[in-house]
Amino acid sequence: MEQKSIFSVISPIMAGPSSSHTAGAVRLGLMARNIYNKPFKKVKFILYNSFATTGFGHGTDKGLLAGLLGYSVDDADIKRIFDIVKGIDYSYEYVEDMSRHPNSVDFIIDDNMTISGDSIGAGEIRISNINGFSADIDGKYDTLILSYRDKPGMISKVSNLIQKQKVNIASLHCDRDSKGGVATMYVALDIPVGDEVLGQIKQIKDVFYTANVRKLK
Amino acid sequence: MKIFSFAELLSACNEYNKRIFEIAQEEEARIAEVEVETIRLKTLENLIAMRDAIKHGLKSTEKSISNWCGDDCAKLQKRYKNHPSIFGRVFEKITEYALATAEENLRMGRIVACPTAGSCGIVPSVIVAVSEELNIPEKKQIDGLLTAGTIGLLISNKVQLAGAVAGCQAECGVASAMAAGALTEMLDGGVNEVLQASSLALKNILGLTCDPVCGLVEVPCIKRNAFLAVHAVTASELARCGVESKIPLDEIVDTLKITGQLMSPMLKETSQGGLAKTKTAMELEKVIYKKKL
Repeated sequence: MEQKSIFSVISPIMAGPSSSHTAGAVRLGLMARNIYNKPFKKVKFILYNSFATTGFGHGTDKGLLAGLLGYSVDDADIKRIFDIVKGIDYSYEYVEDMSRHPNSVDFIIDDNMTISGDSIGAGEIRISNINGFSADIDGKYDTLILSYRDKPGMISKVSNLIQKQKVNIASLHCDRDSKGGVATMYVALDIPVGDEVLGQIKQIKDVFYTANVRKLK
Repeated sequence: MKIFSFAELLSACNEYNKRIFEIAQEEEARIAEVEVETIRLKTLENLIAMRDAIKHGLKSTEKSISNWCGDDCAKLQKRYKNHPSIFGRVFEKITEYALATAEENLRMGRIVACPTAGSCGIVPSVIVAVSEELNIPEKKQIDGLLTAGTIGLLISNKVQLAGAVAGCQAECGVASAMAAGALTEMLDGGVNEVLQASSLALKNILGLTCDPVCGLVEVPCIKRNAFLAVHAVTASELARCGVESKIPLDEIVDTLKITGQLMSPMLKETSQGGLAKTKTAMELEKVIYKKKL
């Protein structure tokens, strides 16, 4: 059994009223911010199921936006975020879709990246999809994200370069659209890979995209 | 922690002649690869945030989205000023602080989820109120909070602490068991008495459903924090007199889990049954949804 911490029970210090619908929403926003990792002008939030039906009473809409703007879960300004935010075009859509997790959201940022995530209880979150590729990021680890042409040997090439820096891999998740098509890899690490190793990974033939996604504080 | 049951915890305490918080802080430090003092400082940080939430909650009367809640703590303070409670100042403070914290939570104020946001008033109100009235030093308050955390953690190893999973017994119920243990620790109860206090608290809320009106953390959640804070004190009082639960704590936790599984989904944070489906609740729902559109 996984050894859990006392601070999974006493925590987080957060803006109320709900750990799943408020703190979880802020953390999903923060994670989407780390993944997008550049300034944005426009965002559309699609809220699913319980996020859609009871979210408004829990400030889920405010939490998602505040997180995406970098506010921490315990920031007292979250409740005033609609009065504070300027220069961002934001909108919300509410959808019932039982194939999705009860507390689920899509971030569509600047019309060019869609990030999906779930609030899985007690403020814990999981990013489940990025631009159509399944993901599994819980924000507890620095994560290296790669997009590449699906072919044999890619995992070992990448892990060899990571090993050179003596970084320990905590978990690995891969997905692809078809055999030989576009694949994605998510590597959760004990410490983030440095710029040098990241550059070397970028230079592997048929790697299209790499990013270092920082963990949540 | 590598201890997964209360029976293991009790025998570890007996074997090494240690209190629950001592075992817990050493285990936490080992896993996080830090000094014990770091764990205690992190606990203190949470304790300070709890005190701050109480302080803010005591001063505010800002109403909630339903316009139903937000001024109950003020009513208590006003009444007690001239008409003391028959149970004395500790009781007054526990109920005031529980409501202050729970009301601060509904205003999107800063609170500590303990174990959840909906049950955030129970552990703080007991620890802070009793410490103020009995002049319990900060060191012992940290011991108490660590004890509460250990109890919650061992329960959460078996059942996810969420109303959607096991009803309110897993939120306010577990918070009450945590508070009962913390209080008994702070009042120098023996290790067995600490666990007995938690047992008695938990055993007597089995079956508690989660049926929030309009899906909001308001009715019945806010006042329930005051009720279950006092419930924790009752459990601690009995345990410190030597009253014991005939059913061991591990088996009570199993029962909580099974009761949660037997509970209809309509009574587990879906607002499809219970108080949420009363005539009055449905009327409020219409008003709130209209406000939203």
